[in-house]
Amino acid sequence: MSSNHSNSPKTYPPILPTRSEWPVVQLSKNRKEFVSNVIDETISKLLHNGLGDQQLVEELEMTLYLENNRIRRNPWKVDPEDEEEFWADIKTQLLNLNPIISDTGDREIAEMIESIVTRYAEEIAGNFKQSRYRMARTIITFGFARLLNAARLKGPRALFSAQLDLQDKIQVNGEIDQLRSLAKIGTVVMVPTHFSNLDSALIGWVIQYLGLPAFIYGAGLNLFNIGIFAYFMNSLGAYKVDRRKKNLMYLETLKTYSTEALNYGCHSLFFPGGTRSRSGRIEEKLKLGLLSTTIEAQRCNYLQHATEATKIFVVPVVLNYHFVLEAPILIHQFLEQQGQERYYVESDEKINSYKILKFLVKFFTKGSDISVTIGKAMDAVGNYVDQQGNSVDLKGRAIDTSDYFKSFGAINKDPQRDMEYTNMLAERITGEFHRTNRVFSSHLVAFVAFRMFRQRHSKLDIFDFLRIPSEEMSLDYQAFLDQFKHIREKVFELKAVGALQTAFHLEGPIEQVISHGLDNVGLYHAKRPLIKDKQGKIVSQDLYTLYYYHNRMHGYDLEQYL
Amino acid sequence: MTSNNIYDMTVGVIGAGSFGCAVANILAENVPVLLYARTQKLVNQIQQEHQARNIPLHSNVTGTGDLELVANTCSVIFPVVPSSNFRSMISDLSPYLKPYHILIHGTKGFEVQLNGHTLDQLKTLHKDQVYTMSELIRHESQAVRVGCLAGPNLAKEINELQPAATVVASHFDEVIDIGQKLLKSDRFGVFGNNDLIGIELCGVLKNIIAVGAGALSGLGYGDNTKGLLISRGMVELIYLGRALGGNVEAFLGLAGVGDLVTTCSSNLSRNFTLGYRLAKGESLSEILDSMEEVAEGVNTIKIAKKLSDNYRIRTPITNTLYQVLFEDLSLDVGLHQLMKYPFSQDIDFL
Repeated sequence: MSSNHSNSPKTYPPILPTRSEWPVVQLSKNRKEFVSNVIDETISKLLHNGLGDQQLVEELEMTLYLENNRIRRNPWKVDPEDEEEFWADIKTQLLNLNPIISDTGDREIAEMIESIVTRYAEEIAGNFKQSRYRMARTIITFGFARLLNAARLKGPRALFSAQLDLQDKIQVNGEIDQLRSLAKIGTVVMVPTHFSNLDSALIGWVIQYLGLPAFIYGAGLNLFNIGIFAYFMNSLGAYKVDRRKKNLMYLETLKTYSTEALNYGCHSLFFPGGTRSRSGRIEEKLKLGLLSTTIEAQRCNYLQHATEATKIFVVPVVLNYHFVLEAPILIHQFLEQQGQERYYVESDEKINSYKILKFLVKFFTKGSDISVTIGKAMDAVGNYVDQQGNSVDLKGRAIDTSDYFKSFGAINKDPQRDMEYTNMLAERITGEFHRTNRVFSSHLVAFVAFRMFRQRHSKLDIFDFLRIPSEEMSLDYQAFLDQFKHIREKVFELKAVGALQTAFHLEGPIEQVISHGLDNVGLYHAKRPLIKDKQGKIVSQDLYTLYYYHNRMHGYDLEQYL
Repeated sequence: MTSNNIYDMTVGVIGAGSFGCAVANILAENVPVLLYARTQKLVNQIQQEHQARNIPLHSNVTGTGDLELVANTCSVIFPVVPSSNFRSMISDLSPYLKPYHILIHGTKGFEVQLNGHTLDQLKTLHKDQVYTMSELIRHESQAVRVGCLAGPNLAKEINELQPAATVVASHFDEVIDIGQKLLKSDRFGVFGNNDLIGIELCGVLKNIIAVGAGALSGLGYGDNTKGLLISRGMVELIYLGRALGGNVEAFLGLAGVGDLVTTCSSNLSRNFTLGYRLAKGESLSEILDSMEEVAEGVNTIKIAKKLSDNYRIRTPITNTLYQVLFEDLSLDVGLHQLMKYPFSQDIDFL
C-alpha cells in the first residue's frame, strides 16, 4: 500500500476496543428505558414551559391540522399505516374535551400530549444492533474499498482486485489525533458540511477508519424510504429526523432525544446546515434546533454532575469534492429558491435502492479525490480546546466552561441564554468551516473564470446572466492565467493567516495547477462547467454548474481582487 | 457572590468621570458600589471626601484602584471610560474576567483596529475594523454576557437627582433583567432592548449630530434650523447604523431619537458645546485642550466619514462636519453647501 502524502499511520486502532463499552451499545441495550426517559422529559418540558391550558389546546389543534395536511399532501412510504387512525382519534378527543378547563380537562390534555410524544419518540429512536453494525461496517469498508479501487485503477474489473487502499483515495487530514484523544475524554459532536447525499456514508466510513466508536446520527426520515439506506442507518445508530413535521411537540421530542443521548455520553453526528448546501457555498447559516441540544446537554451535565461532568466537544468537519453528482439539481433548486424569494418545500426525491447503488458505483468509479478535513475541536460554546480537552480563550488563558452556565455562583437554567450561546456556537462553526476548508484547484479555476465572465456583464442580475448562452463565454488563456495566479497568491496569503487551508495539488507550477483544476472541475457532468477548448481558450459548457463550483470560494472576499 | 439575592451583592463601576459617577450614584441607591478610579488621587478623594471631581457620591460608594479586586468582588460590572482608554482598561481587566461576569458599559464611542496605522492614514474603513465597546469586550476577554447603557442621560442632571430613564441593551435577557433591577428607582426608569449593536450605535452616532447642532446654535440660528438638522441627522444615523448592523427600530426609541433630541438641545453636552465653540470662532485644538472630558463626537465623525466613504452611504452632514473639523472648511460655507444638497425624499428607510 502506498500513500502519497501522509505521515499519519495508515490504520487507526479503535480507541475503545471492546464494543460493549460503547455508549451507543449501552443505550441500545437500555433502549426501552431510554425512550421512556425521553418521553417523560419531553412531556415535562411541554407542560411546564409556561403555556396555559388554552395554549396547549391550541398547540394540539395546530399539530392535528399540520399532521393531517402532511398525511394528505406529502405521504411517504416509510409512514406507518395507522397514521390516519391515530390522528382521527386525537381529533375526537379534542372535540370531546371539556370546554371548561377543569381537572379532568387538564388530565385529558396531558394524556393527548403523552400519546403524541410517545408516538414521536418511538419513531425517532434509533435501533442500534451490534450484529448488524458489524455486518454493515464490513460491507461499507469492503464495498467502499472495492469501489474506490475500481476508481483508482480506472476500470470495473478492479472491483474484484485484491488491492484495497481506500485511504489513498480519501484523504483524511486535520486534527485527527485531537479528535481521537477527545473521544476518550468526553462526548464528541461532529458537525460536517453537507454537499452530497454521499456525505453520510463517507462520514460513516471516516468514523470507523479513525477507530472511533459508532456515533449516533440524525438522518432524514426520507432516507429510510430507501431499503438499503434504512438497513445501514438502523445498524449505525441513526435516529430519524422528519423534516416534514414542524410542530412544537415533534421538535421538542427530537431535541430531547438528542440532548438525552448526548447526556448519555453517545458521540453524535449531525449536519448543522440541515440539508445539502443548494448553492455550493460552505454553510453560512445553520439550523439551530439540534445544535441547541449541545448547549442544553452540556448545561444539564454540569447541573447533574458538577465537577464530575462530562465535557462536550464540537468538532467541525469539512468535506471537499472536485465533483458533486447532484450539482446541477442543487444549483437549480437554489436559484428557484432565491428567485422566488419565498420558502421552498423540500420534496422527497424519488430515489430507490437501485439508483443509490448506481449512484455509488458511478461516483466511485468516476469520482476523483475526496478530502475530509477534521477541524479544531471546540467546547460547547465555541472556545477552542487543547489536546486534553481544556478550553482556552484567544489569548491562551484557561476557561472553565461551566462558568458560562453560572449565575451568582451557581449553575442555573436559562433557556434564553442557552439560545444565545447556540447562536454564538453556530457562528463559530461556520467560521471554522471556512478556516478548515481545503481549497481545491477545481474550486479556484471555477471561481476565477466565473468572476471574469460575470464582470463582463456586471449590469445583469444573476438570473439574467446565467441565461446567457454558454457559447458566448470564453476567456483568453493568458488573461485567465494572470488572474488565476493573482488569486492563488491571495489564497496563500489567506492560508498564511489561517483563514483557509489548501490542498497539496494547489502548489506547484501555475499551468499545472490550472490544468489539474480544469481536468477535475465537475469532471463527470454531461456538460462540463469549464474546459480548455481546441483553440486554447477557457470556455464553459454550463454556467450553472460553473456558478455552483465557484460558490465554494464564497465568503473569503476574494471578489475584490478580480 | 453565591447569594441569589442580587441586592446583596456589590456592583463594580469602572471610571470615575462624570457619567461613571452618575452611574455609581444610581446603583448605590440599590446596592453597594465599588468605584474604580485610575489615579490614586481620585481614589483618595472618593474614600476621604465622598466626591470625585466635585461630584458628590452616595455613601454606598467605595473607591478602589484595583481592577482585580473589582472583578473578584463583583460579578456585575459597569465600565464607563472614554472609548480611547477602553481597550487598555479592558485588557488590564480581562485576566480577571470570567464567562459568568456581566458587563454593562456606558461608553458612547468606537474603537478602530489600526494594525499599526494611524486613523488618518486609513482612507476608508471596513466595518470589521470598527468595534463598538461590546464587541471590544467580547474580543478582549472571556466575558460574553455583555450589555450597554444608552439614552438621554446627561450626567449633571442625573447627579442632581432629576427624573430620567435609560435603555439597557443586551442579547441576553438575563443582563437586561439584572441591569433593570440594579438601576431602577423612583426617578430613574430602565427600558430593555435586545438589539445591542443598534442601541450602541444610537449612542455613538448621535454625537455627530450633536456637534452640528451646537454649531448651528453658535451661529445664532433658531429652532427651525435645528428641527431640520435633527430630522435629517436622524436619517443619516439610520443609514450608518444599518450599514454597521443595527436595526432601524433602535433609532426610534429612547436611545435613538430620545438621546438625539437631548444632546442636540443641551449645552451640558460636550459634543454640543464643542460645535458651539467652533461656531464662535475657536479652533478645534484650542477647544479640545481646554475640555476636561472627552467629546467622543470628534473621533466618531472621523470614523463615520471613512465608513460612509467605503460603503457609499449618503451622509452629507457627517461629511460637512468632517470638512469643517479636519479640512478647514468654514462653517458658513459648510452650511451653505448642506442647504444645496439635493434631498428629495423625506423618509426612505422604512
